[in-house]
Amino acid sequence: MSLTTRELWTAIHGMILGAGFLLAFAGGYAGLYSLKSELLTAEGIKERLVRLKWGTSIMALISWLTVITGTYIVYPWYRATPPEGADMSLYPRSFLKADPALSGWHVFGMEWKEHVAWISPILATAVAYLVWRYGPMLIKNQQFRKIVMVLFLLAFATAGIAGLFGALITKAAPII
Amino acid sequence: MTTQNQDTNIQTGSISAAIISSGIGSMIIGFMTTGAVLSSGLKDFLNLWNPAGPLTGKTTMGVLAWLVSWFILNSIMKNKEYDLGKAFKITMILLGIGLVFTFPLVFEAFE
Repeated sequence: MSLTTRELWTAIHGMILGAGFLLAFAGGYAGLYSLKSELLTAEGIKERLVRLKWGTSIMALISWLTVITGTYIVYPWYRATPPEGADMSLYPRSFLKADPALSGWHVFGMEWKEHVAWISPILATAVAYLVWRYGPMLIKNQQFRKIVMVLFLLAFATAGIAGLFGALITKAAPII
Repeated sequence: MTTQNQDTNIQTGSISAAIISSGIGSMIIGFMTTGAVLSSGLKDFLNLWNPAGPLTGKTTMGVLAWLVSWFILNSIMKNKEYDLGKAFKITMILLGIGLVFTFPLVFEAFE
């Protein structure tokens, strides 16, 4: 049982960082949703805010690490041009594009994933900043809290699109 | 003079700057994605690091646009009151544009 360097980085990118962000989302969203004065004691609000500040900040950092490792480490292996007579299974983009039955995974899936993914860390960072800088105001101003929740949800949705297609593309043409 | 939302005592200008700039960054990623299809010159310009291709430039431009616009908007708006609902609508429009222009069926239509 072993992993190649490429498989290891692909796993770090998708299964540790990307999946970590997606899994953490539910906790963060629940924290933001329940950040209402009528639901929490003063002590509860204090504890919840500390958790939200660190949670959203770590999620934003993970989101950046996910797109950076994806773009600058994993993606070059995916898009590399195969030399004449090369084993095409080592060149996922070319492998997918060469087969009409599989080309959609690149033409639609990868083309969407690689671009939309970068919207997620921008939104996640905006959320982390707002929670960190104006945390107590999220309780006093429900409109503000709802805006932050929508931005957080969109950060998750864009990351989710990228994660879903990442998993499906890897299934069709793994980076080995 | 610092003007703040009287009901909630929050600096709505700085908050609006933070959320609107995130929409601007998203929109620029969309514009760069579709622009690289429309213009081979732009595509070459965005190819900052050949192993990863134009994706490096598209996303770098988006991130730079986000950070620069955040700095500028915050400088302008930080001591002012701004309607959060309006800021949110502007952000959703910008973000929507970004999402549309990063959608393959849209930018591939220009190929």
